[in-house]
Amino acid sequence: MSASPQKAKAGAEKLDVVVSAVVPLNDLVTRFEFKRSDGQDFPPFSAGAHTVVEMHDEGRTRLNPYSLMSDPADTSTYAISVRRDDEGRGGSLFLHRKVSEGDQMVITYPVNLFSLDLRAGKHIFFAGGIGITPFMAMIEQLERSNGHWELHYSARSPELASYAGDLQSKHPANVHVYYDSKGEAIDLEHLLDGQPLGTHAYVCGPAGMIKWVHDTATAHGWPDDNVHSEEFLAPQPGKPFQVRLCKSDLTIDVGENESLLEAMERCGVDAPFLCRGGACGQCETDVVESDGTFLHRDHWLEGEDHASGKKIMPCVSRFVGKSLVLDR
Amino acid sequence: MTIQFNEETFRDDYSFRNSDWAIKRFPFPFHEDSYMYSVNMEQHRGGPKGSVYEKRFDVDEHYVSEMRDRALVLADDPLRCQSLPHMTLAGWDTLELIMVSKSEDYPDLFELHRDGNQWHWINKPMGIDQKFTFLDETTLPCGPLEYITRQAQGDYAVLDQRDDMLWMDAGMVTTQADWSLDFDIGMNFFEWHAPVPLAHEMGIFKRALKFLLNIQQGAPARRLNWTMTVNPLLDTSPENYHKWGIQKTELTPENIGSRQHLRVELQTFYRLPRSNALLFPIRCYLISFQDIVTMPKWGRRLHRVIRDLPEELATYKGFIDNRPMMLDYLSQFDDGLPTSPGIWPDLDTEPALQK
Repeated sequence: MSASPQKAKAGAEKLDVVVSAVVPLNDLVTRFEFKRSDGQDFPPFSAGAHTVVEMHDEGRTRLNPYSLMSDPADTSTYAISVRRDDEGRGGSLFLHRKVSEGDQMVITYPVNLFSLDLRAGKHIFFAGGIGITPFMAMIEQLERSNGHWELHYSARSPELASYAGDLQSKHPANVHVYYDSKGEAIDLEHLLDGQPLGTHAYVCGPAGMIKWVHDTATAHGWPDDNVHSEEFLAPQPGKPFQVRLCKSDLTIDVGENESLLEAMERCGVDAPFLCRGGACGQCETDVVESDGTFLHRDHWLEGEDHASGKKIMPCVSRFVGKSLVLDR
Repeated sequence: MTIQFNEETFRDDYSFRNSDWAIKRFPFPFHEDSYMYSVNMEQHRGGPKGSVYEKRFDVDEHYVSEMRDRALVLADDPLRCQSLPHMTLAGWDTLELIMVSKSEDYPDLFELHRDGNQWHWINKPMGIDQKFTFLDETTLPCGPLEYITRQAQGDYAVLDQRDDMLWMDAGMVTTQADWSLDFDIGMNFFEWHAPVPLAHEMGIFKRALKFLLNIQQGAPARRLNWTMTVNPLLDTSPENYHKWGIQKTELTPENIGSRQHLRVELQTFYRLPRSNALLFPIRCYLISFQDIVTMPKWGRRLHRVIRDLPEELATYKGFIDNRPMMLDYLSQFDDGLPTSPGIWPDLDTEPALQK
């Protein structure tokens, strides 16, 4: 069939927005709120969804994913909270330093790679640091539908624990906060041991915390499908390298501070993507030929795919060596 | 109202008819003179004016009568509409999508007035005027999925998405090509497709699943599927096979033109925003052989497709026994001339039958 052939562009649909508020929460984290530029309502979204924010920074385009942390039922505003990463490639620094109220920006429609399992009798959330953001939306959604939930939130110190005070005063019985600075820690073994059948666990935070929750849950007999996690990786800088794209008939150079995906886009290649953080699988690309070492950093490919040298996720992974040819 | 709704039946006396308008806009499914499976997906963002692809949920002259037929099926068998407990939010998503789309796309037929969660829905063709509270099931006469799909043509499968898999966890299924929601409820994508021949070996379902899991909000997709049905029956369900299966033996060279129908499904796919479930509307269009062949290109092409279709597919689609009779009939409308590419009838450019 072809009623009206239209080739889909890579990435999710876009929304023009205006920055309606910039709210610093503490030394590291700032909340950015958006309204639609055309004055319409936003589409509703499901808690756990993220949006990809487009940033134009001195000739470079950055596309970074952030969890939507506003109330999913509030279609007047979308909000994200962004932790400043002084060591990163600059996306969070751009937002913190160069974006202010009234600015026009482009973000994508919500995409959910971390949704609630609505069959669950109970939801138990484990947040580490800025990993609190998707749970803000999940809590609002579950409160509206009388869902059963509890939150265990670990932060460096009271000063850096974004939203901890609000959450504790609104939901004193459900919210438990642990501060590294006070030597407090989540008693994970105990918590995972006592949950009713049909409980689902969700974790968002640093890689070590995600692994800890998965491993501990497995050790306590939790089914894998009942433990959910999300970690967006930021692409890491690395040595420049050259890539041959055989379908596009192009040879491109990937710079130190850009990802392979960004380099392809800069050269006009419409490569597929969604999350740009190694989680969704959309940008998976076949390797035609290689002579060198892959620096795989994604969560998508299996270990055997990483070892095979036949696939790469260009949003976060890099390559060091003599030559690389991709089927793109 | 802009559409003249037919007074017709899809059972007993089969008074179903397609007007000239309906024939011209029929979604003919073959873009070339042969057919094999493919994922054949494209974006669902409108289409040529007047075509079945133009609106998000097509409303045509059969609307009122199709909804009456659905009510009869449900009265006999309430299990044609089911929703597992965790799918209620997806039901509200479906109701919202259909009400918003229809009121925007057909403002003369449907109205939706919203004040926060206080909603007022007016369906003029069906004479319905309903005030209710969005997300409050007690304010509707039945669940949200059943409520809205009693007012929308086509079947609706509502697929939950978990663990990189789709699950048939809710639906309204009364116009199906021989599958059963009651049998499939709770199954995953590979389980409910298990009976389909050849496609598994071709890797079709793996690729289709990957595509569907990645359908995103704001970017719906569509494809066509097809089969054959004797008499214009909407409800060709396994539950009622004993009633309709036998009709396949009643075809004769004299009645085949009026009784043999090509059955085409316009399948669309929407990511639902609040639940993250996938809505899979399956809209059935029927057309008799004698109406198809009024479009010379379609007559030529249908003959060639049916003639060359692999035996497994003709068996799976349930017309292997009648294929010789179909070919005798259709060959009268194939003069061997080439056909233009694409699905459109191209009436202005395709030559009339040369025999």
